[in-house]
Amino acid sequence: MTAVTTAPRSIPRRPSAALPDEALLRMLRDMQLIREFENRTMQAYQQAKIGGFCHVYTGQEALVVGTFASVNHDDPIVTAYRDHGHALARGMSPRACMAEMFGRATGCAKGKGGSMHMFDKPNHLYGGHGIVGAQTALGAGLAFAVKYELEVLGRDLASGGNPKKRVALCYLGDGALNQGCLHEAMNLAGLWSLPVIFIVENNLYSMGTSIHRGTTSADDLTKKAAAYEIDGFSFDGMDILSLYDNFKPVADACRDDQKPAFVDIRTYRYKGHSMSDPQKYRTREEVEEYESKRDSIAMLAAHLMRDRACLSEDAWRAMQDELAEIVRDAVKFADESPWPDPKAELYSDVMVSPHPRMSPSGEYVEGACNPILEGQPGGGER
Amino acid sequence: MANLTLVQAINLALAQEMEADDRVVLLGEDIGKNGGVFRVTEGLQQRFGEHRVVDSPLAESGIIGAAIGLAMAGMRPVPEIQFEGFLGPAYDQICNHAARYRTRSRGSVTIPLTIRVPVGGGIHAPELHSDSPEAIYAHTPGIKVVMPSSPYDAKGLLLAAIRDPDPVIFFEPKRVYRSFREEVPEDDYTIEIGKGKVVNEGSDLTVVTWGATVYQCLEALDKLPEDLSVELIDLRSIYPYDEDIILQSVEKTGRCVVVHEAPKTCGFGAEIAALIQERLFLHLKAPVQRVAGFDTVMPYYKLELDYLPDAPRIAESIQQCAGY
Ligand SMILES: Cc1ncc(C[n+]2csc(CCOP(=O)(O)OP(=O)(O)O)c2C)c(N)n1
Ligand SMILES: [Mg+2]
Repeated sequence: MTAVTTAPRSIPRRPSAALPDEALLRMLRDMQLIREFENRTMQAYQQAKIGGFCHVYTGQEALVVGTFASVNHDDPIVTAYRDHGHALARGMSPRACMAEMFGRATGCAKGKGGSMHMFDKPNHLYGGHGIVGAQTALGAGLAFAVKYELEVLGRDLASGGNPKKRVALCYLGDGALNQGCLHEAMNLAGLWSLPVIFIVENNLYSMGTSIHRGTTSADDLTKKAAAYEIDGFSFDGMDILSLYDNFKPVADACRDDQKPAFVDIRTYRYKGHSMSDPQKYRTREEVEEYESKRDSIAMLAAHLMRDRACLSEDAWRAMQDELAEIVRDAVKFADESPWPDPKAELYSDVMVSPHPRMSPSGEYVEGACNPILEGQPGGGER
Repeated sequence: MANLTLVQAINLALAQEMEADDRVVLLGEDIGKNGGVFRVTEGLQQRFGEHRVVDSPLAESGIIGAAIGLAMAGMRPVPEIQFEGFLGPAYDQICNHAARYRTRSRGSVTIPLTIRVPVGGGIHAPELHSDSPEAIYAHTPGIKVVMPSSPYDAKGLLLAAIRDPDPVIFFEPKRVYRSFREEVPEDDYTIEIGKGKVVNEGSDLTVVTWGATVYQCLEALDKLPEDLSVELIDLRSIYPYDEDIILQSVEKTGRCVVVHEAPKTCGFGAEIAALIQERLFLHLKAPVQRVAGFDTVMPYYKLELDYLPDAPRIAESIQQCAGY
C-alpha cells in the first residue's frame, strides 16, 4: 500500500465556529450593504435614473457573501446578469456600481454596460454576462488557466511569481441548467479535472418558469453533475453559517485537489425577476414566508446578538445607518457624475488595435457614419 | 377593422392563423402563462391550450432545433426568441440546419419555420438587447428575413411568413411595438415577402430603410427644405429584397441614402449600394450614402442615442447627397 503523502486537513466540525466575530460581522455588513444598495437601486429605477433592465439581488445575499467568504480574493469569479451582489461583495465601490447603472462615465464599465455588465478585473470579477448560461464555459476556462499556471507554466500569469492553487467560482441561475453551454462546460471540467465550482443560485424560478417546469431532476440537481463525474452537493443558502460550513470544505477540496464541483444552493429572490414582473407565477405567501421566516440577514444578526453576543441592538442599528449613508452617497455620486462623452467613448474599448477609422483617438464628428464626401461638413474620416 | 399596436397586430395574426391551421404551434420562454417578455403572445395559451402555446425551458438551441424537427415533419412552428442577442445560442440550428436542410435533402424536405424575434435599439436596453443582426441572416443562403415597421404590415407579413414553405426570421422592431396604432383589418391578407413599399413619393433623392428607422427618416424629411423631394422606401423584406422598387426609384432620382441601425461595415446597406452601382452606374448623380450604426458594440443607455441614426444625422446625409 502506498503511503498517503499529503497530511490530512484538519477541518473543525463547524468551520464557521472557528471564525472570529469580526469575520461574521463582516458577512453581516456585506449582506446588509447589498440589501440597502438594492433598495436604492429599485428606487432609482422607478425614478427612471437607471435605464434598460435591472435585476436586483435582494434575498440572495447570503449566497454570494457566504461563498466568497470561503475562498480567497484572487480566486476568479464569473457570473450572469444578476450581478450587483457579486460586484459589491467582491469589493467594488458602491459608487462605481451605482454609477454604472446610472450610465455615468464614473461607472465600473464607464457607463457603457449597465446593470448586467459589472466588471472588476482588480477584484478578479470577470463579469456580469447577459446570455444565460454562456458564462459557464468561461468559468471552465478561468479554471483551465489556473491549472495551466500550476502544472505547465510554473508561474502566475499576472504577477510572474510562483503559481498559487486557486479555484474559479462560476455562478449560474437555475434557468441556465437548461442551456447546452453548461453541459459542455461541465463535461470539460469533469474530463480535465478543472478547479471550477459551478454554483447554481437556485432561487426556484427562471423568469416566470418554476424550476420544476424547466428542468429534469429538479429535486436532485446533483444528478446532473454525476453525469460528468463531478462531485455534486445541495445546500441551503439562506442560513449563511450553514452555507459556509458546507461550502468551505468543498472549496478547499477543489483548491487542494484541483478538481471541479457542482453546488446547488437553495436561495430565494424576494423581488420580481426584473423591475417589470407581475409575478403571476408565485404567491405572495411564498415570498412572505422567506422574507419573514428565513431571511439571511435577520438570521445572522440574531445569531450575532444572541449566541455570539458580539453585536448589540444599537451597534446593529448603527451599522445599518452607516451602510444607508454609504449607499445614499453612491446614489448622489452617480447622480452628479458626468455622462460618458460620445466623442471619446463611442468607439473606444472595442479592440486593442481598432481599425484606424474607429480609433479612440480618431475625431468624432456628427454624421460621421456618412460616407466620405470630401470637403463636406460632417463628412470625412471618422 | 381595429386600431392596433404592432404588438396587438402580431397577436391577432398569430391567433387567426392558429384558428385556421392546427399545424401552427408556438414555443418559447415564458410565452404562455406570462405572454412573452413583450406580451406579444398574451392570452394565446388560455385560448389555444398548453399543447399549442408551449412554455419551454431556457434553451434557445433546443427551442429552434426542436422547431426545425417539427417543421420537417410538416408542422408550422412559430418559436419566439426573447431578444435578438439570444439568437446566439440558436445560431447553429438556424444557419446549419434550418437554412440548409432543403439543400441537404436535395429539395425533398422543406422547413416551414417562422422565428419571431424582437430587434433593434432605442428602448434603453443594454447590449445583446439592442442589436440589429439582419445582415448576418440575409448573408445566410436558405433563410428569409423580414422586418415590418407598422402594425398593418406586421400582420400581413407574419401570415405570409407562417404560410411560407421556407424558414423565415421575423424581426419585430421593439421601438415600434407600442409607439403608435393603426387600422388593421380583421380579414385575412398577406404581404408578399420580398416586396417593399413607398412610404413617401419623391423625385430628387431616394432613401431606403426598414424597421424602426422608417420613423427617424420621416422625421428627417420634415427637416429638409420644401423644394427637396425625397422618395422614402420601406424595404420590409431584407431577404429576398425588393430590387425593383429600389432600382425604379434611383433610376428616377439618381441619388440614394440607405439608413439602418446595424453597424455600417457589411450592414445590409452595403448590399444595396452595390446593387445600385452595378445596375445604375450611369444614372447616379452622387455616391450612395449610408447612415448607420457604428462599428462598435451597441452602448448602453445614454450613448445609445448617439449610436442610432437619428433625424439630424439622416437629414444631413440627405442634404450632402442632394448637394453633391
Ligand atoms: C440565452 C438567453 N436566453 C434568454 C435570456 C433572457 N433571460 C434573462 S434572465 C432569464 C431567466 C434566468 O433565470 P435564472 O437562470 O434562474 O436566473 P435568475 O434570474 O433566477 O437569477 C431569461 C430567460 C437571456 N438573457 N439569455
Ligand atoms: Mg433562477
